[in-house]
Amino acid sequence: MDMMRPMPLPRMKEESEPQDAGAPIAMSVRDLRAGYGGAPVLNGVNLEIREKTVTAIIGPSGCGKSTLIRCLNRMHESIPGATCDGEILLGGRSALELDPVLLRREVGMVFQRPNPFPTMSISQNVAAGLVLNGVRDRALIAETVEKSLRRAALWDEVKDKLDAPGVGLSGGQQQRLCIARALAVEPRVLLLDEPCSALDPIATGRIEELLLQIKDQLTVVIVTHNMQQAARVSEYTVFMLMGEMVEYGLTRKMFTQPADKRTEDYITGRFG
Amino acid sequence: MNDALYTRRRMVNNAMFALTAVCAAVASGTLLAILGYIAWQGASSLSWDFLTNLPKPLGEEGGGIANSIVGSAKVVGLAGLMAAPVGVLGGVYLAEYGRGRYAFAVRYAADVMNGVPSIVVGLFGYALIVQPMKRFSALSGSVALAIIMVPIVLRNTEEFLRLVPGTIREAALALGVPRWKVTLFVILPTAGRGILTGALLALARVAGETAPLIFTAFGNRFWDNGWLNPIATLPHTIFTYAISPYQDWHNQAWAAALILMIFVLLVNVTARVWLRPSSGTSH
Repeated sequence: MDMMRPMPLPRMKEESEPQDAGAPIAMSVRDLRAGYGGAPVLNGVNLEIREKTVTAIIGPSGCGKSTLIRCLNRMHESIPGATCDGEILLGGRSALELDPVLLRREVGMVFQRPNPFPTMSISQNVAAGLVLNGVRDRALIAETVEKSLRRAALWDEVKDKLDAPGVGLSGGQQQRLCIARALAVEPRVLLLDEPCSALDPIATGRIEELLLQIKDQLTVVIVTHNMQQAARVSEYTVFMLMGEMVEYGLTRKMFTQPADKRTEDYITGRFG
Repeated sequence: MNDALYTRRRMVNNAMFALTAVCAAVASGTLLAILGYIAWQGASSLSWDFLTNLPKPLGEEGGGIANSIVGSAKVVGLAGLMAAPVGVLGGVYLAEYGRGRYAFAVRYAADVMNGVPSIVVGLFGYALIVQPMKRFSALSGSVALAIIMVPIVLRNTEEFLRLVPGTIREAALALGVPRWKVTLFVILPTAGRGILTGALLALARVAGETAPLIFTAFGNRFWDNGWLNPIATLPHTIFTYAISPYQDWHNQAWAAALILMIFVLLVNVTARVWLRPSSGTSH
């Protein structure tokens, strides 16, 4: 079925060239081990995520991609029985020692399925992070709502119905609403866990475009099943297999000259 | 194709379909029969005077049940005020935080409480409040009804909170919102309609309870006074009138039963219309 659709070629424009290896590091992960109720999922992952870039995490189902990014904002530990140790640094501070509530304001997350709050309108959804954390200044809220919706490329579609329920939007619009909601609290890092897996190709294209735009202002980490997507949006790619990081490097390099045989096999579709 | 076999299967299918339809008709027909019979028996004694007057002294014809209507509203209302917060907060605990042995015990106790005969709850209310205070009272009746309501509201609240998808909870937590705010401002409103409906249905259910009130609210043929005196309630008045030897009282019991049925039905229908999925809340 996949072959029926025209496959966009990987976009490798000059402006999306990776920054040099000396670019500042937004988050670094050292010897991260995580699991659920004694069953290990991650067996010592090391990773340095560069600031204001898009990093894609690819790999077959069950390889630990989602667990890895859920460790980065400590959503992982909200699951009963989940364990996580090792070191995660966010701008020099240890993420595992921060208050998870404060960490999550700096490391936002967008999930696989669009999940707008069902009782809230479009603007309330976007403002939720601010309002629930005690912001009362209406002008500031209205301004943030507009700014966030613009950054999520949704403003033009919803500006006349900000008070309509968020769940009334289409799937792709809902996902962009969720991105706007995450952006509204001004995170430094935005994690996306297969954000397009429930969306059609057109909605997927919109989200990819907006990711390329917002990466000027923040660091993006995206888990994806879709290798073309990784090639289109990311500068760096992480390839994971069975709880281990097999390869990490410039996307362009990984998709043309993978260093590891397993990466090559996965990318060329020999498994997974 | 084996025609004989096919014909046989079709006949069995039709027979079973008819059987299920008849059973469904019996189940819903019972409700209609009860409603119809009560309406038929009660309508003749129903009048404005009946709704607005106190009972007449024994031996005089006529009189009304105004004190029972007001009494029921007071006793059931206070029971709801006592039971709803306990039930809702307990349900929040079970759904959001309840793990392990304590939660299991609470859940189990609530389920057992649901099955306790209401006369036992009445006796409990008697021992708990009437005996120490040495008086029958509206308060003791409310406590007895609240004891019946709490487990219903609790389990219902838990069920509706569990229906809120985990992804909603995660979305809120991922915004850097503290857990208690997520529960209070995101999860509870999402389940709010279901919780409210459950509370209303529980209210309608206890409004018709008689047994818990026999030893607590006790009944009263006059206007009650405050919360610490015996009080008339609809189900108890129906009970008293129905077992009396007087034809006039029997007629009034039917009319009072009609009023009670109308009230319970109204609450039920309101609650269910309310719950009907509109935009969003349900899936």
